[in-house]
Amino acid sequence: MKFVLNGQPTDIAAHPAARLIDVLREDLGLTGTKEGCGEGECGACTVLVDGEPVCSCIIPVAQVADTEVTTIEGLGGDHPLQHHFMNEVGAQCGICTPGMIMAALSLGPAPTLDEVKVALAGNLCRCTGYSAIYRAIMKWRGQPEAIA
Amino acid sequence: MSEVDLRTASSVDDALAILRDEPRMLVAGATDVYVAANFGTLEPRKLLDIWALDELREISVRDETLVIGALVTYTSLIRSAVIAERLPMLVEASQLVGGVQIQNRGTVGGNIANASPAGDSLPVFAAIDAVVVLRSVDGERRIPFGEFYTGYRKTVMRPDELIVAVEVAPVEGKQWFRKVGTRAAQAISKIVVAAVRAPAPRIAFGSVAPTVVRVPRTEKALSDGASIDDAARILGDEIAPIDDLRSSAEYRRRVSMNLLRRFWADTAA
Repeated sequence: MKFVLNGQPTDIAAHPAARLIDVLREDLGLTGTKEGCGEGECGACTVLVDGEPVCSCIIPVAQVADTEVTTIEGLGGDHPLQHHFMNEVGAQCGICTPGMIMAALSLGPAPTLDEVKVALAGNLCRCTGYSAIYRAIMKWRGQPEAIA
Repeated sequence: MSEVDLRTASSVDDALAILRDEPRMLVAGATDVYVAANFGTLEPRKLLDIWALDELREISVRDETLVIGALVTYTSLIRSAVIAERLPMLVEASQLVGGVQIQNRGTVGGNIANASPAGDSLPVFAAIDAVVVLRSVDGERRIPFGEFYTGYRKTVMRPDELIVAVEVAPVEGKQWFRKVGTRAAQAISKIVVAAVRAPAPRIAFGSVAPTVVRVPRTEKALSDGASIDDAARILGDEIAPIDDLRSSAEYRRRVSMNLLRRFWADTAA
């Protein structure tokens, strides 16, 4: 099965019914994507498929054939949003962080705080209380003054 | 998932040919099927992936009838100018389904076929008397939404059939939608209601009975000019909510009656 993973053409022999997250973590060694609830509620496993955030724990890998998949590793570790998450202490235990960052990437250039909250409504964090996460995203988008 | 046999259909005709030869559970966005699979509660071992069938992703208007393809996602509904103009309450319902990740994969056909009494889009389709278009190798049949569900998680769909679209005639009157859950996002509804304010009001509730339901006695009382208090009492008798892990029957009955009053006040001319 062929798809583009983090910009690289990839050809794998996975069971078509395998969950995308298992193929990413177990077969391809990309353990940045985390599994939280395993039922599409918490968003920890969020990756982008053709630029749109999805929960990789409830997607059969067959459904990403011929698509572009982007995981947290695709950001290269030096992405401005990752730095803002660190600077604002938007991560504590860190399990939700890759999913939060991937979900936030779909935001437009000048989101309102409400738009950020809607974009992240499918991502749960049990440590930070969300404020630091919203702050990191708003600073990344150049509007720190919009934070409550 | 290695015990699951997942086949991928390459076209609608291919899917129908496969379903003619053997029953397979359909998988569209997988947002319900794979939750069950992860929890070991998915009984069917043979699945048919129809996600790639782009021919089912169209939103169009044909002779004044709105046609929504079965694989249209909630995200597509939210972004559609046609839906915003004709069915604003379907946009509201779609925005309250899961989070963005679920809205990107969950589909109209999947929500209908999954047949949960709590499906967020179902009261909308029930209230506007939508028609479900089923197709098999033998042809198409059109099922009025009110006849689609026969019991808890049961539908009139045959194993060889696929939902290809939902058809909606023009809706006259103000549309109104509310979902009551534990939080705005990611919550399965305790009560969900969609209604149209017209001389003959059309009102549908989810999560108050084994299937999504219209409330004909309540609708008739309102169209006959009953007071809203009388109509709310009739509604309380007409629905059959249960106690479950998300709510209690008594809470659901009382909130349903309050929602009816809210609908009536919000849509008053």
